[in-house]
Amino acid sequence: MYEIIAFYTFSALVIGLFGIVVLSKNALYSMTALAGGMVFISGFFFILDAEFLGVVQIVVYTGAIMALYAFGMMFFDTTRDVKEDIRCKKIFYTLSILSAVLVLIVLSAPIFSANIEAIYPTLEGVGNVQTIGLLLFTKYLVAFELAAIMLLVAMIAGIVLVGKKLDAQSDDLEVAKELK
Amino acid sequence: MSETAVIIETIVKAVVVLSVVAGMGAFATWIERKVLAFMQRRLGPMHVGPYGVLQLAADGIKLFTKEDIIPQNALKPIFVLAPIVAATSAFVAMAAIPYFPEFTVFGYTVHPIVSDINVALLYVMGVASVGIYGPLLAGMSSANKWSLLGAARAVVQILSFEVVSGLSVLAPIMMIGSLSLIDINDFQSGGVTNWLLWKQPLAFLLFAIAGFAETNRSPFDTIEFEAEIVSGFATEYSGMRWGLFFVGEYANMITIAVLVSIIFMGGYNPIWFIPGAIVMLLKVSFWIFLFLWVRAAWPHVRPDQLMWVCWKVLMPLALVNILITGIVLV
Repeated sequence: MYEIIAFYTFSALVIGLFGIVVLSKNALYSMTALAGGMVFISGFFFILDAEFLGVVQIVVYTGAIMALYAFGMMFFDTTRDVKEDIRCKKIFYTLSILSAVLVLIVLSAPIFSANIEAIYPTLEGVGNVQTIGLLLFTKYLVAFELAAIMLLVAMIAGIVLVGKKLDAQSDDLEVAKELK
Repeated sequence: MSETAVIIETIVKAVVVLSVVAGMGAFATWIERKVLAFMQRRLGPMHVGPYGVLQLAADGIKLFTKEDIIPQNALKPIFVLAPIVAATSAFVAMAAIPYFPEFTVFGYTVHPIVSDINVALLYVMGVASVGIYGPLLAGMSSANKWSLLGAARAVVQILSFEVVSGLSVLAPIMMIGSLSLIDINDFQSGGVTNWLLWKQPLAFLLFAIAGFAETNRSPFDTIEFEAEIVSGFATEYSGMRWGLFFVGEYANMITIAVLVSIIFMGGYNPIWFIPGAIVMLLKVSFWIFLFLWVRAAWPHVRPDQLMWVCWKVLMPLALVNILITGIVLV
């Protein structure tokens, strides 16, 4: 019974918060609601006894949305409403409703066909962390390594982009010092 | 029936942890003033009650009765939410911490842990780091430039220390093979020589430094440093809302003290004739004292210095430590 109460509480919270994310015109409300919603999603993982994924959900999304806040701080006055500039409302609403329906169909298709079966049944006596480790380093090894390589590439690209600017700045500073 | 019993037991434990830690936090403010005063050859609070002990009651009355101001241009809902986030996340993180060894009262065995999940360490560190959202939201909703600077520094701070605290604690986890704090504690049973401190001195040092940054204590108190940005994120706050931030900060200090004691300093295993609970209290008190000692002894660092030290010194050291631990274990 308590699981059901918890499930519906978390569902209401998550849907409400994500509703605010979409509907609010203030960037700070949206970002805060997004962070809150992401943290509450971890509640579902905890109800399903997948503590590891639940904690990872909290850890990953805290950091990710923190970066979003940094961008919000740089680009907006977050205490004011953002004026949305929608040129053609018809196209905007058709596209958004269409994509929402598409997502709904994709997610609910397995429920109606009613043939979901676990191909890999959970192992008895093996913890969450170990199971994920086993899967990552056997079945999904290639995908895992590819993701790692992509992240590495992105990291190096970021460092190179910033590094060039830093060199230019320090050169400018030295030139300025010499001129003095 | 048994499900209801578990729920009631959990609620009772949660209330006990909440009240005891909040009380300890309030007491820690008095201790902090006294320790800092003695280190600077002053007496500190002396007038209210014997030796100034009742100063905390006076502080409480002051905080509760102070006028609650919300600035006109601030975003009210977020402004109100921020201190609540700071305080709750600090207390929610404590749900997975075992404080004492289990004991028996009237034939009923009590496990002094609210919820024994097997990824406790990750949970505590993850939820405690959510606490940095408190200062961030406060700074961004206050409509004040000093507050915004404090919020920007909060982002910088979490992006710096999170990597170090996560990587440094990975090496001990590799040795133990479990994320459960109870397993980590049991791994070190059998006296002082079994403490992980001796096997992982570098990880211990890195984790302690990251802990200072995480609890936003001096020398890493960049987000509210008075001499640079007035009071940072807390500039516009007054009364109990301001107080909640500091309840959260002291609760976080206690969490970090307990974590360091459990991971590196043998946890609540008894030493010689001293029972485990008292050992734990002594260790936590020592760490709280260390937090205050460092505050009295060290100058404060700039945010760019904090980033520099975290990314260019501590993170490579943590990676090297993981590599060496891996080679030794294999």
